[in-house]
Amino acid sequence: MSDMKIVNFMALRKIAGAMSIALVLGALISLAVNQLQFGLDFTGGTLIEVGYEQAPSLVDVRSQLQGAGFDDAVVQNFGSEKDVLVRLGQTFNDKVGEQVLTALQSASTSSVELRRSEYVGAQVGEELTEQGGLGMLLALAIVMIYVALRFQIKFSVGAVVALVHDVIIVLGIFSIFKLDFDLTVLAAILAVIGYSLNDTIVVSDRIRENFRKMRKGTTIEIINESLTQTLGRTLVTSITTLLVLMALLVFGGELIHGFALALTIGVLVGTYSSIYVAANVLILLGITQEDLIVPPKEEVIEGEGFEEGEGFEQDLEEQ
Amino acid sequence: MLNRYPLWKSLLIIVSLALGGLYALPNLYPDDLAIQISGARSATVIDEQVLDEAVYALDQAGLSAKDVELTTKNVLVRVTNSESQLQAKAVLSDALGDKYVTALNLAPTTPDWLTNLGAGPMKLGLDLRGGVHFLLEVDMVQAVAQRLDVYVSEIKTSLRAEKLRYRAVSREADGSLRIKFMDAEVRDQARSQLKSSYSEFLMSAEDEGSAYYLLVSLNESTVREIEDYAVNQNLTTLRNRVNELGVAEPLVQRQGRNRIVVQLPGVQDTAAAKRVLGATANLEFRLEAKPGAARVATEEFTFRSNPNRKATLEKGLIISGTSVSNAQSNFDETGSSQVNIDLDSQGGKLMNRITRNAVKRRMAVVFVEHKSRIKVVEVDGQLVDQRQSYVEKSIISLATIQTALGNSFRITGLDGAGEASELALLLRAGSLAAPMYFVEERTVGPSLGQENIDLGLTSVQIGLALVVVFMLAFYGVFGVIANVALAFNLLLVAAVMSLLGFTLSLPGIAGVVLTVGMAVDANVLIFSRIKEELRAGMAPQSAIHAGYERAFSTIFDANITTLLVAIILYAVGTGPVKGFAVTLSIGIVTSMFTAVMVSRAMVNGIYGGRKITDIKIWPLFRGAGK
Repeated sequence: MSDMKIVNFMALRKIAGAMSIALVLGALISLAVNQLQFGLDFTGGTLIEVGYEQAPSLVDVRSQLQGAGFDDAVVQNFGSEKDVLVRLGQTFNDKVGEQVLTALQSASTSSVELRRSEYVGAQVGEELTEQGGLGMLLALAIVMIYVALRFQIKFSVGAVVALVHDVIIVLGIFSIFKLDFDLTVLAAILAVIGYSLNDTIVVSDRIRENFRKMRKGTTIEIINESLTQTLGRTLVTSITTLLVLMALLVFGGELIHGFALALTIGVLVGTYSSIYVAANVLILLGITQEDLIVPPKEEVIEGEGFEEGEGFEQDLEEQ
Repeated sequence: MLNRYPLWKSLLIIVSLALGGLYALPNLYPDDLAIQISGARSATVIDEQVLDEAVYALDQAGLSAKDVELTTKNVLVRVTNSESQLQAKAVLSDALGDKYVTALNLAPTTPDWLTNLGAGPMKLGLDLRGGVHFLLEVDMVQAVAQRLDVYVSEIKTSLRAEKLRYRAVSREADGSLRIKFMDAEVRDQARSQLKSSYSEFLMSAEDEGSAYYLLVSLNESTVREIEDYAVNQNLTTLRNRVNELGVAEPLVQRQGRNRIVVQLPGVQDTAAAKRVLGATANLEFRLEAKPGAARVATEEFTFRSNPNRKATLEKGLIISGTSVSNAQSNFDETGSSQVNIDLDSQGGKLMNRITRNAVKRRMAVVFVEHKSRIKVVEVDGQLVDQRQSYVEKSIISLATIQTALGNSFRITGLDGAGEASELALLLRAGSLAAPMYFVEERTVGPSLGQENIDLGLTSVQIGLALVVVFMLAFYGVFGVIANVALAFNLLLVAAVMSLLGFTLSLPGIAGVVLTVGMAVDANVLIFSRIKEELRAGMAPQSAIHAGYERAFSTIFDANITTLLVAIILYAVGTGPVKGFAVTLSIGIVTSMFTAVMVSRAMVNGIYGGRKITDIKIWPLFRGAGK
């Protein structure tokens, strides 16, 4: 079996870098201009999902609600034609859910069934936003510390830059397309942090190994070789993860649609960033062999592996 | 020898998987529809007699139960379909009366031998089984204010006893007390006097012209104590109220510093549930004013049952509702209705001190309701909710004191059993330490719950099928190994969830789906490594060995960091996020075991200990010129 052809990933590193910066800037601008379309979990307010026996006309539903005094109700279909979602601003109290249901039931000829209703107080939402942001920062900080301890501070910077890159882009896409940002999407974004990190660490691990093993070759060559070696794994894992996410996206139902979408985008961006962003940062930070002086303990393990390999080569010759 | 596991390791794997299978097994038995009968009070005994009564009542109504069983705390009647479940519930609650609570329930059908091993099916979250979730916030400002009111009268008494002349003691909005003196020296004496008797006071002096003030506030640990007490007291009260609602497997739990979560599976009528849970009330026990008492020392209240009837009461309280530990309606020796009231020890002492000098006078129980309306106001150009609290007080009982009262006493002469049970309910409702507000409410209808289960299962199945096919196509024999490891991983996740009693929710299922996608990662890493080693010219056996050994540190690092993120997710998240974090964390840990150890055992079983010249890891892509 011949050696795999080494792909010169880093030839494109400037273009990739420029693209990443453009994407992140675009995402930030959209976040500043459009902002995120925060869901009920964060803003507080009331939401009622009802199921009709026969698909109702949304116009009728709206006028029924207006008749009952809910002027600023947002009415939309949710999942199917028969399911209607009614959203009310945060200026309502915890009795509204029942009132809306009663209003719709009395106005409609077909039977109306409550599928779910949610009321979230404004303060709870505010705290959740705070907690969510805090959780994200905490996750990044802990990851940074762990990677710095296990690898080296430059890898840690690379990993965190890649993560921030991924998170900002996913948030940006949610903001550009005005997708609903609810609690499950936040969970998905934290999962993206976990996933993208997983990828980045696998690549970093190989870069570290190759830096120690290969005594010749420039930094860029070593990184290219490492990326090539891990490419197969990166792609296979991304594909299997995307496969299950597709299953969730298509069959998982409306409630976890946002979750599945955020993760899908995150996995795509995360795969790209583990190849280009983390490695790019390493080059920018000027990673060298000296950064990765091998601790003596590791040497011993490498020695063992090599001996065994030799032993079996002899085995082969005997055959 | 290379690629052979020592016996103990193989046994460990087999035992772990067998245990996993055993504890995941209960999830295969479908639940029975059932009616759960429990006591309305925790003291109510549930015994054979109740069971016989239930069976008799069902027989009379011509309904047949699948099984009737007596457990330590309740009677479980299993039925065959939802129609007979509803009928049976109506029959049973009619026949057993309000001493018992009947609730619709789902009963697990786990065989006894599994139950004896501590095995049981996974719990399903509200989003999967339907029900209502409330988040209540305890009003801490009110809790502290109530305690401060008690301090006000204590301080007055103490200053009077020491002959220290004060002008006024008032409670400020910021949670402090302001005592006004006309003389700086007296104030300083009062300060040292209060300091010696109340270590929990933080005091400062303030001069304003000829008025000298002493500002008293409570130290942080005392405020915490008051808050803890208030939340715990409210928790107890809520548990009792939930009990009255008749819900199978309710959850009442403190969340954070001042919140309480209540989850009622299966409940659809949120309005009724809120009426019972949300009655935020307190009680005041007061003496009726003597005829001709000074106006300033009295207050007039109307009766709750009849707004036209009025009574004049003394301003000072004997005790408040927080001292009431229980109140129950029953019948006295002559068969007329009465309400028995139990007080805590402090309350009993106070009650005794006052009532022994007030025999033949009348004592009133005032019901205090803290209500709130939400008003929208504009703050900095933004519309925000502002909660305005107001209080409504009315008399629920006015009765003559026959003898000095203590820890336990009764109110008799009530107008029938209905009035007695209403009064007992109000008395119990009034034992809240501080008012509570609903800050979050989520209801999931039963049809949506079932739909969520179906959707979740479909996506798990389809996701799993896609991954299995992909792995087979990509890795051949090794794909089979990875797939078997994946199946074992799912089994272990189910087993751990069931065994540790975690609740499965829709985001939890999403976590399982994600685990399916990511769990193969460890195997992918190992297989890629083996391929590489083969490519580098290593013999198959040692390539397998090296592949597993060298991929391990990568797998470990990658999984630990993901696990850290999942743990953070669990720590900061609420509800749905927590559910996701739980399955993700369990999935990561079990996947390390199955993808590394279990798949290794299989590879060892297939290839270990014999000479092999070639191993097939990439059947489909081999011809592609690689």
